[in-house]
Amino acid sequence: MKLALIVLIPFIGAVVPPLAIQAGRNICTAVTAAVTALSLIILLTEVPAVYSGIVPQTKTQWLPHLGLSLSFFIDGLGLFFATLILAVGLLIILYARFYLDRADPVGRFFCYLLLFQGSMLGIVLSDNILLIVVFWELTSLSSFLLIGYWYHLPASRAGAFMALLVTGAGGLALIGGMLLLGHIAGSFELTEILTRGEAIKASPLYLPALLLVLFGAFTKSAQFPFHFWLPHAMAAPTPVSAYLHSATMVKAGVFLLARLWPVLSGTPEWFLIVSLTGLITMVVAAWIALFKDDLKALLAFSTVSHLGLLTMLLGLGTRIAVIAAMFHVLNHATFKAALFMCAGIVDHETGTRDIRRLGGLRYFMPITSSLAIIAAASMAGVPLLNGFLSKEMMLEEASHTVYAGQPWLFPVLATVGALLSAAYAGRIIFHVFLGPERHDYPHQPHDPPIGMWLPIAVLAVPIIVIGVMPATLAETIVSAAARAAAGSTLPAYHFALWHGLTPALAMSAIALFGGLMLLWAYPAANRVRLSVPRPDAMMMFVASVAGIVRASRFVVGNLNNGSLPRYFAVIVGTIGVLGLVGFLGAAPASVAGNRTPLAVTLPAVTGWLVLLMACGLIVWRHHDRLAALIVTSIVGLVVSLAFLQFSAPDLALTQISVEVVTTILLLLAINLLPRTTPDELPLRAKFAAGGLALMGGAGIAALAYAVMTRGLETISGYYVEQAKPGGGGANIVNVILVDFRGYDTFGEIIVLAIAALTIFALLDSAMHGAAGRRLARTRFDPTAHDPHPLMLTVVTRVLLPLSLTVGVYILLRGHNVPGGGFIAGLVVAIAFLMQYMASGYVWAHRRARFDAHAMIGGGVMIAGATGLASLLFDKPFLTSTFGHFHLPVFGEVELASAMAFDLGVFSTVVGTCLLSLATLSRVEERAEQASNQAEARAR
Amino acid sequence: MSMEFLLATAIGALTAVGLYLILQRRTFPVVIGLSFLSYAVNAFLFAMGRLTINLPPIVHTEAEGYTDPLPQALVLTAIVITFGMTALIVVLSLRSFLETGADDVTLSTQPDEVATAAHPRREQQ
Repeated sequence: MKLALIVLIPFIGAVVPPLAIQAGRNICTAVTAAVTALSLIILLTEVPAVYSGIVPQTKTQWLPHLGLSLSFFIDGLGLFFATLILAVGLLIILYARFYLDRADPVGRFFCYLLLFQGSMLGIVLSDNILLIVVFWELTSLSSFLLIGYWYHLPASRAGAFMALLVTGAGGLALIGGMLLLGHIAGSFELTEILTRGEAIKASPLYLPALLLVLFGAFTKSAQFPFHFWLPHAMAAPTPVSAYLHSATMVKAGVFLLARLWPVLSGTPEWFLIVSLTGLITMVVAAWIALFKDDLKALLAFSTVSHLGLLTMLLGLGTRIAVIAAMFHVLNHATFKAALFMCAGIVDHETGTRDIRRLGGLRYFMPITSSLAIIAAASMAGVPLLNGFLSKEMMLEEASHTVYAGQPWLFPVLATVGALLSAAYAGRIIFHVFLGPERHDYPHQPHDPPIGMWLPIAVLAVPIIVIGVMPATLAETIVSAAARAAAGSTLPAYHFALWHGLTPALAMSAIALFGGLMLLWAYPAANRVRLSVPRPDAMMMFVASVAGIVRASRFVVGNLNNGSLPRYFAVIVGTIGVLGLVGFLGAAPASVAGNRTPLAVTLPAVTGWLVLLMACGLIVWRHHDRLAALIVTSIVGLVVSLAFLQFSAPDLALTQISVEVVTTILLLLAINLLPRTTPDELPLRAKFAAGGLALMGGAGIAALAYAVMTRGLETISGYYVEQAKPGGGGANIVNVILVDFRGYDTFGEIIVLAIAALTIFALLDSAMHGAAGRRLARTRFDPTAHDPHPLMLTVVTRVLLPLSLTVGVYILLRGHNVPGGGFIAGLVVAIAFLMQYMASGYVWAHRRARFDAHAMIGGGVMIAGATGLASLLFDKPFLTSTFGHFHLPVFGEVELASAMAFDLGVFSTVVGTCLLSLATLSRVEERAEQASNQAEARAR
Repeated sequence: MSMEFLLATAIGALTAVGLYLILQRRTFPVVIGLSFLSYAVNAFLFAMGRLTINLPPIVHTEAEGYTDPLPQALVLTAIVITFGMTALIVVLSLRSFLETGADDVTLSTQPDEVATAAHPRREQQ
């Protein structure tokens, strides 16, 4: 739990700065620093344990079925990075207090900064690779917020967008890589995975997992060719650049490579890809950095170059190289953060970051200049400073690396990289701080308040101390980190200033003096640079983003063009293709199975022929909507007869009564809709639709035939056996509906209720507005003079009591013989609807003694109450019961609680039908009145 | 020919007609097409329990055997839901016709106008 607190404290603390800013900037800074310090103190209490070889762990399940858990651990590597994050964080907070302008929203800034800090700590302390991915994405998001902090500046927005896009894409790849890794290892716990390196390297999925993880790491750590986002991220305030884009976040990729080093490294693929990427990045970025005139851009590309150096070291695959990488992480964090803060001070004091307009600053700001010169000299690799030591270790490793049979490639290019690095560091020293005194500054620069240079001074201490006495403190910290990263004991090595006359010493010397020479020949080198082509990363990025947007617009525009037929065609075509692929991919089998087929009967063939004729007829004549409706009801009739034929009396009853209600509904609708469908489809479209339809029909027919002619292992045995003893009913279908699967039915009547209420809402409001005006303009054909014929009126009124009796009878008997709430509800609804049809809405409505809304709500409530009642007896929702009762007149009667449930179903169905159709006929009535009035006026 | 063949071809024919009709450009054929598709789907689901003749789903002492009641129960609710769906889309198409005076199911938009097409009426005001 304590470990989780280290990560959680910054997240929880992030809410404090926006509130504390009310009390002023100093209080706000103090609480932010306090949050960071608290986390740091808890972390440091773990130091003795970690250094004595214990790995503190904590684990809480989060989504166990996905393998995601909130588990954290601290080993040497995690401790190393976490300390770096929190310690540099403290300095940055202090610096930011003085750097940010009075007008900047400081509370928001510190809030984002703490969010970032927590995310970063999460990456380095997580013991679950999926959790690492979660925090990884959080760093991308918080970095986006921090880069875009000055969101009124276009450069900030563009830089933030680019960083998010590049690191976000890498994050997606990383998710894939981590999932593969967890799949191979059989666990998502990092400590587990680290023990299974051999199995992972032997897996056929090793290469895809490696490539995905590397894509994530390379985008985050700005490796070539994804290096372009980092310089644009420098649009952020300088504290952000110093913190995220030099000391911490961009090292997340390096951290990941180190973290997974025991699992992924040691293969030829790893060596070939990682070391070369690092080397190219180191040299290319250093070359670009040398010629940048913007101080921050120079530092940005120099950061990219140093990240390349780290990547190359990890790519070499030797344990000494891991030590060198960890050592350089520490050294780079100190001198680069210091340099960024110096650049911020220069910008702040002189109003410019352009190196061509700077120079001789040591006369104006001696403290800042001294600190900056120390840091830059360390970066250049000047002895007695820490940069020299790790850079020499790097050169030593490079000097005996043979890449693709070429023993000269790495030593030469590594020396070139170091040389360029010395040159641009020299450029900072000689062109900004040293040199002649200038008097063309907008205002006289001077040293900033102590709060701004103190953090740099604090960083200068390790630069010198490590540089002079590397064996004292640095060796302990670095070797603990490297031991954890390498996952094994380390070979004998020693940090020392003097290793004798080694090749590395010669390379260091060449780099340092060569760098100075290059600086001396700077104008000539610049001409060389201008003569070679320089691809503009921003332009290429913008062009490729625009290309992607165009491509997706094209796809979306063609798929989502507002045309329903297009959507249907795409959906049907996709399903058809998938079905075809599945069919062709499976083992070949004949469509017909070996189940004994049923012999055909004459009525069946007759019904079949009628159905086929109806199908042909409707394709031919569907433009006449009334004809189409009649044909549809014929088909419905045949379908219900088919149900009857194949031992499904309940279905037959339901289908035929639904058919009646649907037909009435469609008739009412047709009256207000156009009577015909225009024959507007071009022949080509008709053939396309027909082809698609035939393909779908044939597929479904074949599928149905294949299934029906094969045997069936039914799962209904339980229902058949238990219908009578368990459910108290003989009609198994009805018992399933109201008892075994009562929950489904309950859900279904709620759906019906919602549909009815939606219909009511749609039609009730159709009397007003544009729809209402159109209704008032409707003219019916005056030849239909008698809307309510006498015969129909009389017959329906006489039939009403009879129909109601039949409905109630069907409801009551439904539990044992065909019938039930659904069918009874439909029958009763039809009986009432006939009154609306025959006698008109006004007449029927005036006499209706019930409220359809209440019937719907009541029905759902009765069904629900039946279910809840079982809770009173400590049984699960909708448990049914039944018993036999002796009634005076009827004798022995069996009553089941499920029958009450069926009553609820009945009530809902009646209410739904009545509400839908009565509302529709009310609209109709309105149109008819308007039509009659218009006719009367005309006469 | 067998009963299975008759039912399978009938389901195929209903599906084909349903698909053909929903690919039309007006609301009413789409509604009718969906009805046909519903017939096909319901019959298909029902057929998954295999075809039986004279084996009722009613418990009886003299019954020789039972048909599979589970697909029947599923299809029974499906038929009623189909009614709810048909009623809803018919009313939806009616309302849209009353509102706009047109009953076609296509918006005439260019690809770039897709975003604005989501609120065509708001634009008109």
